[in-house]
Amino acid sequence: MFGARGTGDTSGYGGLAPTAASTGSSERPYGSYFDDVADDLERAYPLFSQAIERVVVDRGELTLHVKREKLVEVCLILRDSLKFEMCMGVSGVHYPADAGRELHAVYPLLSLTNNRRIRLEVSVPDSDAHIPTLVEVWAGNNWHERETFDMFGIIFDGHPGLTRILMPDDWQGHPQRKDYALGGIPVEYKGATTPPPNERRAYK
Amino acid sequence: MTTFDPYAPSRDTTEGTVYSVTGGDWDSLVQEIGSTKEERVVVNMGPQHPSTHGVLRLVLELEGETVTEARAGIGYLHTGIEKNMEYRSWTQGTTFVTRMDYLAPLFNETAYCLAIEKLLGITNDVPERASVIRVMMMELNRISSHMVALGTGALELGAISPMFFAFREREIVLDIFEMISGLRMNMAYVRPGGVQQDLPEGAIPKIRDAVKLMRKNFKDNTTLLVGNSIWMKRTQGIGYLDLAGCTTLGITGPVLRSTGLPWDLRKMQPYSGYENYNFDVITADTCDVYGRFLIRMNELEQSLRIVEQALDKLEKLEGAPVMVADKKIAWPAQLALGGDGLGNSLNHIREIMGTSMESLIHHFKLVTEGFHVPAGQVYAAIESPRGELGAHVVSDGGTKPYRMHFREPSFNNLQATSAMSEGGMIADIIGAVASIDPVMGGVDR
Repeated sequence: MFGARGTGDTSGYGGLAPTAASTGSSERPYGSYFDDVADDLERAYPLFSQAIERVVVDRGELTLHVKREKLVEVCLILRDSLKFEMCMGVSGVHYPADAGRELHAVYPLLSLTNNRRIRLEVSVPDSDAHIPTLVEVWAGNNWHERETFDMFGIIFDGHPGLTRILMPDDWQGHPQRKDYALGGIPVEYKGATTPPPNERRAYK
Repeated sequence: MTTFDPYAPSRDTTEGTVYSVTGGDWDSLVQEIGSTKEERVVVNMGPQHPSTHGVLRLVLELEGETVTEARAGIGYLHTGIEKNMEYRSWTQGTTFVTRMDYLAPLFNETAYCLAIEKLLGITNDVPERASVIRVMMMELNRISSHMVALGTGALELGAISPMFFAFREREIVLDIFEMISGLRMNMAYVRPGGVQQDLPEGAIPKIRDAVKLMRKNFKDNTTLLVGNSIWMKRTQGIGYLDLAGCTTLGITGPVLRSTGLPWDLRKMQPYSGYENYNFDVITADTCDVYGRFLIRMNELEQSLRIVEQALDKLEKLEGAPVMVADKKIAWPAQLALGGDGLGNSLNHIREIMGTSMESLIHHFKLVTEGFHVPAGQVYAAIESPRGELGAHVVSDGGTKPYRMHFREPSFNNLQATSAMSEGGMIADIIGAVASIDPVMGGVDR
């Protein structure tokens, strides 16, 4: 990575080696209100075991890993039956080392009625980075999905206007992917150009 | 050589005829547009426009003076903060996040630090004095942020005096920030595990005086605007967005509270000990710009109440630590006030340079490499002046964030521009956008 040899550490700290996402899952009882959420969802949605790949409770937060084919169905149930009225957007995470599940989309949900939070996570392969849009369920996800497309290249199928939002329209690449280096865009100033960061550093 | 002339009066594109207005040619433009049968006019407002609250671009489709379609264009202030943070240690991250929403830097820092503390599992180990200082600083910050919202909002609608009063009050708050952290903006004062340094000597009486002064001064803007018939005509019934609209669009903060729902994370999901303070959640039931204006005005007094209670607590906690006791996380450098100003404590320098090799190694490792944060992901949300500010932090167990994402209330709430202003007059867009109070540094990050 970044043209580095040996340990891959060009910076002085470590941590440039790619990591895979955790694949563990939690066992019942989940604690707190998480058992209620899981029970209610199972009752309201008979296909629970097919749609939910795994349930993770970590640091007092519940994450439901949802298959992308069932995402919209699950979200409609969560919104209408379990009263998760708000989706606080979507955040992408790129795990290049996680073969077949490189791109993750994370949706924090909020219930105003029950004062609860849960999180949905969808993972898709880099070669087929398509996730159905949630704009029909929560209109406010519109810009968040555009941002995640812009930064990670995840295509939200059915989005009313999936264009770049923060980067210029003609930008090449998706900047927050791990294979997109920080800096390195040639900048010319009075004849001199700024080299990419791996050539700038001289810890070789 | 290009043959394109930017000052050409009109040119044909696939979208239709595009007219360029460059100043002073309004009459000829009106004449030319008047000769066509097309009624529809698309106007580009911003990104350099004094009334759009920063580099916000509004693409407006107009029928006469009525807005039929409004679209917001953003991204002009994108600085790649989230990407940059993946290349810096957890502590260095505070200097990045503080620059996102530059009117509410302490909220960005606190959301970020609360998320890291949750990942580290040290939420309950943060000293009480540090939490109280955070709360006090955040509430002072809420005042300065609301002051900009009120002042610039009024200015954009043509009222100049409220701006002067609002910025006078903001100066008082910024002076307090300068006294405590050394900086007026972008302080990077809240750090993982606590705050950067304790309050300076004599800070509490000075803040008490400032609270008294502000409480008196707030009346100036209240008497100017509350009940002012011109102000009410410009703001009442404008920018309407009801509760259903807010929930589907994910709107939080004063805009959500203007629908009558008392949703405030400080009450609903308390953090940093907010459950120990007495304050009211201010709501309005008008769903309009005037309601949001009243909410912000009244939240000022609630923030002053919290600051006063925080000061009482701080007096009792005099001399208590402001950083976690775990030396594997706490910043090793000790600051002290010397003859030439604030700098590294001489005692600390003496220890690491003269007596303890281990202290030197520890200091060096922690400052250059940083501390490790166990792998996992968390979402920490706080009530910023603009709504729910959420920090989604993913760690891979290293000394730097694996992924940082901020759920910025400005970014999300700006989506309401269309719902609030379509079908209304072009002049009312200004009021609607001002009532969302977007800060483009936060929107674009």
